[in-house]
Amino acid sequence: MIRLEKRPQPSRAFSLATPLLAVVATMVFGGLLFAALGKDPLVAIKTIFWDPLFGEFSFFYRPQLLIKGAPLVLIAIGLSLGFKAGIWNIGAEGQYIMGALFGAGVGLALYPLEGFYIFPLMVLAGALGGWIWAMIPALLKVKFGTNEILVSLMLVYVAEQFLASMSLGLLKNPEGFGFPGSRNLQQYESAFNADLIEGTGMHWGVVAAMIAVIFAYVLLTKHRLGFAIRVTGEAPRAAKFSGVNPARLVLFCLGMSGLLAGLAGMFEVSGPAGQVTIDFNVGYGFTAIIVAFLGRLHPIGILLAGLLMALTYIGGDIAQSQLGLPAAAIQVFQGMLLFFLLALDVFTQYRLRFGRQEVA
Amino acid sequence: MKLTNLLTSAAIALGLATSAFADGHEKTKVGFVYVGPVGDGGWTYEHNKGRLAVEEEFGDAVETVFVESVAEGPDSERVMTQMALDGADLIFTTSFGYMDPTINVAKKFPNVKFEHATGYKRADNVSTYSARFYEGRAIQGHIAGKMTKSNIIGYIGSYPIPEVIRGINSAFIHARKANPDVQFKIVWAYTWFDPAKEADAAKVLIEQGADVVLQHTDSTAPQAAAQEAGNVVTFGQASDMSQYAPFPRVSSIIDDWAPYYIRRTKAVMDGTWESTDTWEGIGAGMVGIGEISDAVPADVKEEALALKASLADGSYHAFTGPLNKQDGTPFLAEGETADDGTLAGMNFYVEGIEGDIPQ
Repeated sequence: MIRLEKRPQPSRAFSLATPLLAVVATMVFGGLLFAALGKDPLVAIKTIFWDPLFGEFSFFYRPQLLIKGAPLVLIAIGLSLGFKAGIWNIGAEGQYIMGALFGAGVGLALYPLEGFYIFPLMVLAGALGGWIWAMIPALLKVKFGTNEILVSLMLVYVAEQFLASMSLGLLKNPEGFGFPGSRNLQQYESAFNADLIEGTGMHWGVVAAMIAVIFAYVLLTKHRLGFAIRVTGEAPRAAKFSGVNPARLVLFCLGMSGLLAGLAGMFEVSGPAGQVTIDFNVGYGFTAIIVAFLGRLHPIGILLAGLLMALTYIGGDIAQSQLGLPAAAIQVFQGMLLFFLLALDVFTQYRLRFGRQEVA
Repeated sequence: MKLTNLLTSAAIALGLATSAFADGHEKTKVGFVYVGPVGDGGWTYEHNKGRLAVEEEFGDAVETVFVESVAEGPDSERVMTQMALDGADLIFTTSFGYMDPTINVAKKFPNVKFEHATGYKRADNVSTYSARFYEGRAIQGHIAGKMTKSNIIGYIGSYPIPEVIRGINSAFIHARKANPDVQFKIVWAYTWFDPAKEADAAKVLIEQGADVVLQHTDSTAPQAAAQEAGNVVTFGQASDMSQYAPFPRVSSIIDDWAPYYIRRTKAVMDGTWESTDTWEGIGAGMVGIGEISDAVPADVKEEALALKASLADGSYHAFTGPLNKQDGTPFLAEGETADDGTLAGMNFYVEGIEGDIPQ
């Protein structure tokens, strides 16, 4: 007989090993799925995980990894602060959109002016946009005790409507023949978030993601606020006794995650995407939730998890094109990753026991 | 990885990618970038049928590849680049939102030919193509005007862009001609493909009394909603959607990209490919009208087919004056027809349609 037994202490080894085991399990079961679809599983796994990094055209895919991974990491870092403290911002997608709209809005308002100050202004505006959008659920929670999960999630749909309205109206390209979508910021030098070194994919958003990782690491390990976050998540009552102000913590965590999501949106719209369009958001805000958990809510873990997710996206598209795998199979594959992570997570708290249960 | 190494290798490989082409590999490789899943039963489904037709036509002489559900923006740019790197000779990018990405990638691969659907930006190696769906809308409008008993026709719009507004206007003009009491109710779904949203939109329209629902979205969800309601007429969109025939689906507009895709692939093989702007309708076969089912009275069917014939041979234009804009200002004088430029950028309703185009 097999049963689960609660560990006296959560296993640190398992906590670290779980993500790796989840990746391995995903490869095995994903491979079976690909085999069932009539594709060579080894080739499929190699195409997804190996080719973007070390294949013939890796010079193109490696920078793409940064471009795809940076917004995920930036958003997930912000989310992880709240998640650690039990504050659930599910609406990063909305904050990402608002950051992009604020940032692009400032840039487009100043068009065709050129100046060194334009891009920094856009960065500030982007951060502000995301922050404001996150402060709505934060203030409502602090003042009226509303559920931040629901409010932040619902605000995603409001933000999407704003985005549609802006692409069709205020921010629409006057030279776009009536089609929706703003001017392309890639063609507006002062506003363009270009690669810092041509062809490396290293744009300001990547730099910001790196800084966020370091900042979060220092905050969580060295700063009093980081201690407050951790203790609130692990033992809320103890946190109260140790003088943590829960309202202030809610404002900080939601505000910071909104700010970072807004920055991610701003760097995306002014760089890789270039334009405000109706379909500008592609789900980074939601995928970042997976990234945050895949990375164990740890800054370094998130950095790796973000790159891993980016890899499955990029490799997945290559597999579609080269092997004819359907997009749905790739999505199932990505879903497996989270599924196995959560499933294996049980073993951090519990361990397997074989044999009959002894009567205590 | 050293940055300098990376850059030199990038330069070398880019050189390789373009020269791999000059020495002429055996198979012509054709790539397709799709915005939805190939099983959407509408827009992407038909583009994919075009791809399969290319394979069938040329057999072993071509190799086709595709990636489905590609988000517009940087993802599409990456997928196109990847196809070009993998040696594609011709790439069809089949959504309006792929416009700037297509132009960006085309700049990096001057020897690869690109074809962008429904856009307006071209380059030496970028063509654009689209179909005159509004011709099909005219026939739909006529049948809808004749079939409605409540005189309320529901319309599920995707995005308020010229393409969609043109369709609404064309359907409305011909519905009014067939039945002067007709009203249009328009719901904007802000999606090309989202079965849940489309079903909701259809239900809202049906609740508001619409007994004909036209859709400019690609899933069959509105058809299912109409079938459930029982007495609501629909039309297949982009694809025939004949699984809902003979009722509620009484006819359809079918995008037939196969002849165009075959023609353009042939041009690449022969080395005669040139950048062009193609906009073809019923006459050229790019827009097909699905079989008009027996649920439509015989005389209405006959009128619809006559309208189709006159649109096909060019003796009638779907936008023929006298027509006014919604605000009452003149749009076309008696006998005047709209020019392509006006149609391409159409951003106003014709007189008689209620409501505003979302801004």
